[in-house]
Amino acid sequence: MNIATVGFSYLRARPLATLLNVLLLALGVGTIVLLLLATHQLEERMRRDARGIDLAVGAKGSPMQIILSAIYHIDVPTGNISWKEAQEISRHRMVKKAIPLALGDSYRGYRIVGTTPAYLEHYGATLAAGRIWQAPMEAVIGAEVAARTGFGVGAEFHGVHGLGDSGGHAHEDHPYRVVGVLARSGSVLDRLVLSSYQSVWVVHAEHHDIKDVSNIEQQLGDDEKEFTALLLQYASPLAVAILPRYINNNTGMQAASPAYETARLFSLIGVGVDVLRAFALVLILSAGLSVFIALYNALNERRYDLAVMRTLGAGPRRLFALLLFEGLLLAVAGAALGLVLGHVMAEVLGHVLKAAQQIEITGFTWVVDELWVVALALGTGVVAALLPAWRAYRTDIAGTLARG
Amino acid sequence: MFDISGLRHAYDGQEVLHVEQWRAQQGEHWLLLGPSGSGKTTLLHALAGILKPAAGRVTVAAQDLGTLGAQALDRFRGRHIGIVLQRLHLIPSLDIAQNLLLAQYLAGLPQDRQRVDEVLAGLDLADKGGAKPHELSFGQAQRVAIARAVVNRPQLLLADEPTSNLDDARCLQALELLQAQALACKATLLIATHDQRIKSRVAHHFDLGVRA
Repeated sequence: MNIATVGFSYLRARPLATLLNVLLLALGVGTIVLLLLATHQLEERMRRDARGIDLAVGAKGSPMQIILSAIYHIDVPTGNISWKEAQEISRHRMVKKAIPLALGDSYRGYRIVGTTPAYLEHYGATLAAGRIWQAPMEAVIGAEVAARTGFGVGAEFHGVHGLGDSGGHAHEDHPYRVVGVLARSGSVLDRLVLSSYQSVWVVHAEHHDIKDVSNIEQQLGDDEKEFTALLLQYASPLAVAILPRYINNNTGMQAASPAYETARLFSLIGVGVDVLRAFALVLILSAGLSVFIALYNALNERRYDLAVMRTLGAGPRRLFALLLFEGLLLAVAGAALGLVLGHVMAEVLGHVLKAAQQIEITGFTWVVDELWVVALALGTGVVAALLPAWRAYRTDIAGTLARG
Repeated sequence: MFDISGLRHAYDGQEVLHVEQWRAQQGEHWLLLGPSGSGKTTLLHALAGILKPAAGRVTVAAQDLGTLGAQALDRFRGRHIGIVLQRLHLIPSLDIAQNLLLAQYLAGLPQDRQRVDEVLAGLDLADKGGAKPHELSFGQAQRVAIARAVVNRPQLLLADEPTSNLDDARCLQALELLQAQALACKATLLIATHDQRIKSRVAHHFDLGVRA
């Protein structure tokens, strides 16, 4: 028998009110935790995919679209850029590393990226099976693509024009052959089909009847060769001020800064997140109010109990502690349930999004900010219990018993 | 055992209680008589230390209550004074045994389940330890209230109108229970009542009389 037993017995004696308070708090906490988990993992994922890429260069158009299409591969490109201009920029003295990308086709919704082995090196990709491509039409597939399609080394498939499951027409003439499967890296590579950029040229060289794909470079005129985008790494910090302006003013291309565009994207998403967060805070606040009202009403029903406890020898501080404990117990239960709820919702959301092949979100991780949410919930419980506890502290024993 | 002198109390400037002198010895059984509104409950509360009188001195078990700090007074009350309230007021969310354990806990005494069972058995409540207060009849609940008042072996047992709502047979039963329990703890028993039926059954009387 102690304060906890008594407090717990009172909460159990009013199961509906207790359940309502715990649920309200849990919903608020759960919503915020879900938001934290989702935005944290989304930002982490996007930051990782853009790491080491100082500038993305594409055809004139929206910089945001260039970033979304060339780095995250979740949008269509703005168009193509000329091979000659791309070569010039790649050789610019302020460019340390340039990775060309030739896009346009996909297989079962997974984008086919024509590039150079430097692209794999950039993300530190390792092979789970097979080898890297050595000739046009040889492909290496990401771990998720392999898992989803069941393809292994030796499999053959036709690319489909566009991005998406239904897609456009199939390129029947030139099948890709899988020569390697990448190990899972958690990066954008997991859901890409990778090949040399010459493969993309072969597939799209519609005015030529390509018999020998190995010397495609010689069969195309320089004006016919095209890339979709270039991923650049600067050689010097000075390049930030010079290179984007140079590209935008002196070439037919458009420069897009991943850092700037992702920050802009997050601030756009952030508005929605802020609205949801405010909504969750309102939930927590109303939970606090509900706890306050429940304890305050209970206090009226229990004023004789409190007076009797005083006659049995309880000091006022004990009654204060009793009410505070009840508020805290509700808060702890609400916070604990909310944490579980938030993580379960994140995991469920992760499974739903996985089907849409967008981003991976898991509930089996946690972020430091969750501690703040828990602290907020516990604080709410304590604050809500303060006034009732103070009234319990001030119980007028003789007056209450005389009226009773 | 207790000693009251020059005790006065007033509500809103109107005097409700004036006791010049009243002494009782350890183990004596007293009736505090007087009609409604004569200040019986106020006097009882003053004796229990839950009401601070406007003037006068109250000494219980050689302890001047007026000299005790708030915390010490709470503790003293829990350990030395047992109170049976008119409306009983058992804690509804706790079972019977827990109600008695609570009395031990709040008095700062060790929780002694054996003592609890013993007191319950002595009041014919041995099988009610796990019951909730709302499951009991009034008579049973009153016995639980008595059990809770004596579980800490008080030196002073106070009862406020314990027989007022009972028929003749039950009235005597309740009185005998209180007397037997007081005897068992060698406590001084004080019953505040306006019930004329029990007058002849208690040796010592203190009459507050009708006030002008």
